[in-house]
Amino acid sequence: MEFKLILFYVLSAILVGSSLGVITSRNPVNAAMFLVLSFFTAGAVWMLAQAEFLAIVLILVYVGAVMVLFLFVVMMLDINFDRLRQGFWSYLPLGALIGILMILEMSIVLGGQYFQVLDTPLPPELANSSNTKDLGLLLYTQYTYPDQVAAAILLVAIIAAIILTYRGRKDTKRQVIADQVAVKAADRLRVVKMDAVKPQPAVTAAPESEAGDGAAK
Amino acid sequence: MDAMIQVGQNLFGAAWPLIWSVLKIVAIVAPLLLAVAYLTYFERKVIGYMQIRIGPNRVGPWGLLQPIADGVKLLLKESIVPTVASKGLFILAPVLSIAPALVAWAVIPFADGLVLADIDAGLLFVLALSSVGIYGVILAGWSSNSKYAFLGAMRCAAQMVSYEIAMGFALVCVLMVSQSLNLSDIVNGQGKGLFADFGVGILSWNWLPLFPMFLVYFISGVAETNRAPFDVAEGESEIVAGFHVDYSGFAFALFFLAEYANMILISILTAIMFLGGWLSPVGFLPDGFFWLAVKASALLFCFLWFRATFPRYRYDQIMRLGWKVFIPLTIIWLVVTGVWLISPLNIWN
Repeated sequence: MEFKLILFYVLSAILVGSSLGVITSRNPVNAAMFLVLSFFTAGAVWMLAQAEFLAIVLILVYVGAVMVLFLFVVMMLDINFDRLRQGFWSYLPLGALIGILMILEMSIVLGGQYFQVLDTPLPPELANSSNTKDLGLLLYTQYTYPDQVAAAILLVAIIAAIILTYRGRKDTKRQVIADQVAVKAADRLRVVKMDAVKPQPAVTAAPESEAGDGAAK
Repeated sequence: MDAMIQVGQNLFGAAWPLIWSVLKIVAIVAPLLLAVAYLTYFERKVIGYMQIRIGPNRVGPWGLLQPIADGVKLLLKESIVPTVASKGLFILAPVLSIAPALVAWAVIPFADGLVLADIDAGLLFVLALSSVGIYGVILAGWSSNSKYAFLGAMRCAAQMVSYEIAMGFALVCVLMVSQSLNLSDIVNGQGKGLFADFGVGILSWNWLPLFPMFLVYFISGVAETNRAPFDVAEGESEIVAGFHVDYSGFAFALFFLAEYANMILISILTAIMFLGGWLSPVGFLPDGFFWLAVKASALLFCFLWFRATFPRYRYDQIMRLGWKVFIPLTIIWLVVTGVWLISPLNIWN
């Protein structure tokens, strides 16, 4: 067996195992970390298929950004673990149905004769070139228009998400940056000239009281 | 070198490529860990002299054995896991913070051709790994089950996420002018140009045409590694020590190793992206690893200098600097670079 094939099976085993971990772990933070592991292994599998750009971007975007936000949310929530378990058996048939549908779709795409994904050999000029550059060339020449449309949709989604969830509080306090930048030392600080030694009033106090203080200490 | 490879192949046969890779990894990681240890010594000395003290001076001549003593002390101390901590994640967190800091060194070119993995997407690889380092911090904060640690983790994560974007955009400018994601190509690209032909290569490096990006990248790097003046994640005076307040012994040491390894990494990357890597600044001196080490050391000194000089930033000011100053600046410079590249004044072809 070729080394790459062994590597593929090892990575796939980790991927399947960590995906199972996502849906079986009791603690949502553990589940999120399993999801991170499965993204990472999926990236490694793609790397084996020489799709280095997609692999690294998967890690950069999903592991580096999306899952961090996920973890933020999961850690902040006070989740009742027992409530999460409720209704497992009633949702199982629906979930299983969706799972089977997905497997069917994948097998039609990958194994069937309609798409012929696996049978198409790679064009020889792709094998040795950087696929980052090739993807960039395609995206910004042939597919510029769909690419820009997708970007616009994402932008709308970002703004919509903020508008839908943002409820401005009435008592919000703000920093006025212009004032802070324009501030001078003299506005905040007053330098007071003082003598180094405090002028002592002519004391004729009795030395006994001082001695008494000293004893108290 | 070739003779050594030959002997190895004869000795180990099919397993040789594996052993050879492991040897190369050791050759990178062992000096790195030594550099990390002595960076802590150097930091204490530099800050000591800046504050008119002499710093460590008891263990060995000039205190040179101090980092070794510190390491031994931390190794021998007990690693305590708090009873209410989430144990698995608590142990995983320091591992997750040190691993990306070490793995990123795989693609760093130390001299022409002297690199462990000369991959095409080296820049992307570095970006991806620097974004993964955040997990160690978040998990450490959460799994400790302590309020101070959690606050530190939240601050740290928000800060790292914000400054990563500015760093990414600054690097996009670099890759636009060098037309490559390969770090060796980026360095070699900086060796060409009008000034390099005149023998003053220092003026051909990326720092001059991309000067704002150079500043943004390095300052974001300081923020990304949670160093002073951006060290609110540790904030000794407010939240004790931030995300690693509950760690002791060598688990605690791992966080420090990761922080200093990241500092060295950021310095080396800044040197590679903007200061010409291993290239010599003037034509009559030979190129070589020496120059990369000099540049990285100078940048590392800046890290220490900042710490001795600046007071800690206020939290909202850190966020403002990242989101409202650096990111707009990088986007504007992205457009400037793009226009420059297609204009007749293009200096990079």
